[in-house]
Amino acid sequence: MNETTNLLSNRKLTVTFEYNLTIMSKILELHNLKKYYATQKAVDDISFSIEQGSIFGLLGPNGAGKTTLLRMITGIFYPDSGDIHFDGKAFDPLNDIVKIGYMPEERGLYKKMKIGEQALYLAQLKGLSRSEAMGKIKFWFKRLEMDSWWNKKVEDLSKGMSQKLQFVITVLHEPKLIILDEPFSGLDPVNANLIKDEIYGLSQRGSTIIFSTHRMEQVEEICDHIVLVNLGQKILDGTVGDIKQQFKENKFGIKLAGIPANLNSPSFDIVDEKANRFTVKIKEGFNSNDVLQYFIQQSVLVESFNEILPSLNEIFINLVEGTKATTRAFQPINN
Amino acid sequence: MNKTLLIIQREYLTRVKNKRFVLTTILMPLLIVVLIAGTTFLSIKGKDEHKIAVVDANNFFKDNLKSGKNIQFEFPQGVDTSNYLYKGFTDIILIPKFEGTEKTNYIIRSKKSLSIITESEISDKINAAIEDNMLQNAGIKKAQLDSIHKQSQFAELKAVEENGKGTQESNSALAYGIGFGSGMLIYITMFIYGAMVMRGVMEEKTNRIAEVMVSSVKPFQLMMGKIVGIGAVGLTQFLMWVILIIGLSTAAQAFIPHDVMQQVSSLQQANGQLPGAGAGMVKASDAAQQIYKVQHTISTANWPAIIGCFIFYFLGGYLFYAALFAAVGSVVNEDPQDAQSLMLPITMPIIFSFIIMSNAVQDPNTPMAVWASIIPFSSPMVMMARVAYGIPGTVPYWQLALSMVSLIGGFLLTTWVSGKIYRTGILMYGKKVNWKEMRKWVMRRS
Repeated sequence: MNETTNLLSNRKLTVTFEYNLTIMSKILELHNLKKYYATQKAVDDISFSIEQGSIFGLLGPNGAGKTTLLRMITGIFYPDSGDIHFDGKAFDPLNDIVKIGYMPEERGLYKKMKIGEQALYLAQLKGLSRSEAMGKIKFWFKRLEMDSWWNKKVEDLSKGMSQKLQFVITVLHEPKLIILDEPFSGLDPVNANLIKDEIYGLSQRGSTIIFSTHRMEQVEEICDHIVLVNLGQKILDGTVGDIKQQFKENKFGIKLAGIPANLNSPSFDIVDEKANRFTVKIKEGFNSNDVLQYFIQQSVLVESFNEILPSLNEIFINLVEGTKATTRAFQPINN
Repeated sequence: MNKTLLIIQREYLTRVKNKRFVLTTILMPLLIVVLIAGTTFLSIKGKDEHKIAVVDANNFFKDNLKSGKNIQFEFPQGVDTSNYLYKGFTDIILIPKFEGTEKTNYIIRSKKSLSIITESEISDKINAAIEDNMLQNAGIKKAQLDSIHKQSQFAELKAVEENGKGTQESNSALAYGIGFGSGMLIYITMFIYGAMVMRGVMEEKTNRIAEVMVSSVKPFQLMMGKIVGIGAVGLTQFLMWVILIIGLSTAAQAFIPHDVMQQVSSLQQANGQLPGAGAGMVKASDAAQQIYKVQHTISTANWPAIIGCFIFYFLGGYLFYAALFAAVGSVVNEDPQDAQSLMLPITMPIIFSFIIMSNAVQDPNTPMAVWASIIPFSSPMVMMARVAYGIPGTVPYWQLALSMVSLIGGFLLTTWVSGKIYRTGILMYGKKVNWKEMRKWVMRRS
């Protein structure tokens, strides 16, 4: 009896210890978050965590529940159940809100207000004093070549310009957590690159960035870790590399110097061929060495041999189409 | 700085700095002054003049019918209905022979139709002439009659209101003016500033800044900041108007000759020594009498109470309705027609209150007026109409207290309800919302 108790308490100790360890490096942890609307489950039992200083991708098709999720993380909505840990403590929207910078997808500014005044106003609402805000705005305006805009009105700005301003306003108060919902929409490639570099810079200086988008090529390029949600549920969670490994289909690309006379091997199927380039799928029970060996034995030279990993876009589309069958219509429980 | 204060500051400054605000604030009192002066001028100068030929079968009107300022009676020979115009007359009156005391019709023929004022003036003069003729027939000499007519009015009605402590002069015309004026002002401002709140909220929603804002402040802070900021704009405008009106009327006094002003002040002293005795003892010109009368009438009102109540009911009524306007603004999408239909349940009680107010200002103690001045939907306007008649004479203290408490409770309730609608509404795009759905949002727990 005594022994069992001892054992149990020992185990409990270890668990707590591990828990603390994980908290140390996580800026945000979501545990079983739920938010139900009258007609649907917008967010249905989602849990994940985000490493301090990482660039995190939150992906999902339209209506997947991303915005609802982000609104809970920014304290705009309260979850129906589940809890949020922010910076090591239970999330307290009233006080933690100043540590978060949120650029929503539906964003805008006061059209009739001058740009300088507007930035000053929004920065002060994030808890900066007037003089602090002034200094930071000047710094950012100079950095992104917006100095001459101070007395312009927002209605006189182009869409790209107001996007840039919106970005500055989001990061001005040096938030620990920056949430960007489709940050590149409306930006030309030059400005998109400029903003991308700023995002890397902010992340290197210790800010964590949540990046929400449907543009998979950007995610692949920028994000360390992604979570894919669909129909209010999390369907994928991991680093970009791990996910690609997880979803790889054992496909390899081969480039040959010529076209071999015979291409029949028990080790692979040819999936695609374009002149001297072939895409092969390795059969069950074989590996890449078997395939390469086969080609080496052919009379034509192998110019290149590489693994083809699925793009995030393919994984995304496959997964989303796969989950379409499940419905998330809200079923009230009748007791 | 406190976030709500920051929001109030922005809402206030962007509107007060606006050119349109400065213009309306300055032009409005000027416009009113010009309007009043203009109508007065026109009513004095613009009267049409009548030269009337009288064809009388009785032969006594010639002595008794008195011409007025704009109406001149003449008794020419050889004029009839066909040729009066050629002889320089505008109208002709044909009076048949009176038989006994029976009512008799007489006829006036004119080229232009007569105004109601001219018509009644002519009728009064003809009747007065007949009366004079009867008095003369009864034996009163014409000289005596004339001397009696010279003195116009001997008695003037002075209503005195009795309250516990003593008596107080009251003036129902003034009370009517103040009651209607302040009720009207509250009515107009409720619409102007309520709509301003609604447009402000709609702007935040359609500009898509609402979500940026609520990631920094609570929706309730955003809503209250806007309501309070715009309320302060309203108060500023009133204050400017009061200053301008006082300034303008002081400036107008400078144009009154010095000796007239001296007479006015001696009238004031005389009346101060003998309360209620009137100003008849002091010799003064007509102009001085007039100025004194206006000043004295205005001084009979209980201004501190009226101004205090006005500020309270303006703010209370504004807060009560502004929150509702904010809620409507928050659920409207780009389509302004949605706003129209959703506004109806808010504008109807305001319009009803105005109708009740315009009755209450004539009869401040009907049960309808009393209850409407207590219920917060209508109390801001209706109570102002009644307060002008005097506290506690017309409005007992308990009614005033009950009305004020229920208005405070009322706006706390509308603000709470609207806060709930607003919170959901400003983040809702593209969906058309009806009152039923809004009721659901209110019932939902946070």
